[in-house]
Amino acid sequence: MDDKKNKLNILEDTYFPEIARGLKTTIRHFLYNLTHQEQMPTISYPEEKRKIPECYRGKHRLTVREDETPKCVACFLCATACPADCIKIEAGEYAGGGNEKYPVKYEIDLLRCVFCGLCVEACPCDAIRMDTGEYDLADYTRDKLILKKEDLMMKDLPDRSKENIKGSRK
Amino acid sequence: METDLRLIIKDYISLETLATYFPVLVKIVLAVVFPVVIMTSIVVMVWMERRGAAFIQDRPGPNRSNIMGFTFWGLLHPFNDAIKFLTKEAFTPSKARLFFYYAAPIIVLIPALLTFAVIPVAAPTEILGIKIPFQVATLDAGLLYILAISSLGVYGVVIAGWASGNKFSLLGAVRSASQMLSYEVVLGISLVSLFMIYSDVEPSRIVEKQGELAFGLVPAWGILLSPLAFLLFIAASYAETNRNPFDLPEGDSEIVAGYHLEYGGMKFSMFMMAEYISMVTMSAIVVTMFFGGYQIPFLPTASLSRLAGPVFAPLLQICAFTFKMAFFIWLYIWVRWTLPRFRYDQVMKLCYLNMFPLAIFNIFITALILLLIAK
Repeated sequence: MDDKKNKLNILEDTYFPEIARGLKTTIRHFLYNLTHQEQMPTISYPEEKRKIPECYRGKHRLTVREDETPKCVACFLCATACPADCIKIEAGEYAGGGNEKYPVKYEIDLLRCVFCGLCVEACPCDAIRMDTGEYDLADYTRDKLILKKEDLMMKDLPDRSKENIKGSRK
Repeated sequence: METDLRLIIKDYISLETLATYFPVLVKIVLAVVFPVVIMTSIVVMVWMERRGAAFIQDRPGPNRSNIMGFTFWGLLHPFNDAIKFLTKEAFTPSKARLFFYYAAPIIVLIPALLTFAVIPVAAPTEILGIKIPFQVATLDAGLLYILAISSLGVYGVVIAGWASGNKFSLLGAVRSASQMLSYEVVLGISLVSLFMIYSDVEPSRIVEKQGELAFGLVPAWGILLSPLAFLLFIAASYAETNRNPFDLPEGDSEIVAGYHLEYGGMKFSMFMMAEYISMVTMSAIVVTMFFGGYQIPFLPTASLSRLAGPVFAPLLQICAFTFKMAFFIWLYIWVRWTLPRFRYDQVMKLCYLNMFPLAIFNIFITALILLLIAK
């Protein structure tokens, strides 16, 4: 049955009419793209960026209180949850008393991080989030990719209004 | 001062001697201009190939290279390639046979350039009493010369594969040699029917005959008089130039890269250039043999030069020739991004079991029809 269906007729067997059909398809794409270059489905990456979903797990940030101190209480839950072992915390106590701790050092090794988001899930204080939407993390030295507390602390999300966001293909 | 110089020149070189040497001078100029134009056109062809491929595949293609922000639609990328090729380390494999290893790219490149010598790009014209032929060499052997020289390119391929001292190179060379030799047979035999129709093998005379009308209706172009020969020739020419769907000499998954595996930098780019030049030459032959060469349809040379004068008539014809040739070069690219490649045994079967018998059949049919017309 299948054999009969797939059998080529004489015209198809000569190969040339089918070549013409194939050429028709490719030239249609060529001419359409030539005349509609702005509709090309590709994204010219560094200048244009794809719209990423809000739940996208990008670079981490440490959220900040009104008084510019980190919300983090150095409970080590994130470091414990981390499967890649990329979070290094050094705890300390505030000088002015109270029983709350704070991170003296908070380092995330992006070279080890697998962006699983378990640290965010583990955090009881909403102190660490991965909502910056930054994914183009590349640099010339390894040191620059081990983020310090100062790099991570961010009150507001980075301003994206000036970026050229191109939607995904319709 | 100026008049003195003119007097001196007049004393030493009489106008008569100048007139006798002028045809030689014209030929020398043509012999320089042709290769330079072809080599320059490689830049455009590489650009056409990349952007064309990209547009066919719904992407913009290379468009970043720029001078002060001007990208020229990506035309600068081939120049960047040249800079890169020239500044790369000139690596030589330790097992290579040095003389042949370095000679091979040149042996491939030179025959590719030589074949264009007998192609006429416009009808001969006379400007100020000087005859300008627009054809580097008017050989009576004509197309036989083309077929002979273009088959020399296979030597370079085999030498490259052998001299690299690499088994994969050798395998690639053997593959491309057998493919090119097989399809040369079809290439030559498919042209025989045209030799019979025009009873000539000299390209410029064949093109002249294509300017006339056949049956008083259509231009006497080869494609209309012998369509089967055209199909066979164009298919064989794709195999000869190692282009898709016959790009068997290159096979990443089977033989790593082919005969040029051990070549890098400018040596590799010479193989690339040879491929593009043979594309130009093959397109030129297709246009010359099947599409009336420089002829503008329904406008033979005599009436064209009456209309446009001795200067503009050849220019128009060069434009017509370039336009036709550009189409066939584009067809090479177009086909490459349309068809999947054949398997090696399919390529050989197609040649010896289908195309070769058809080419022979075409000769008999043509002979029969010519005989009937003659009676």
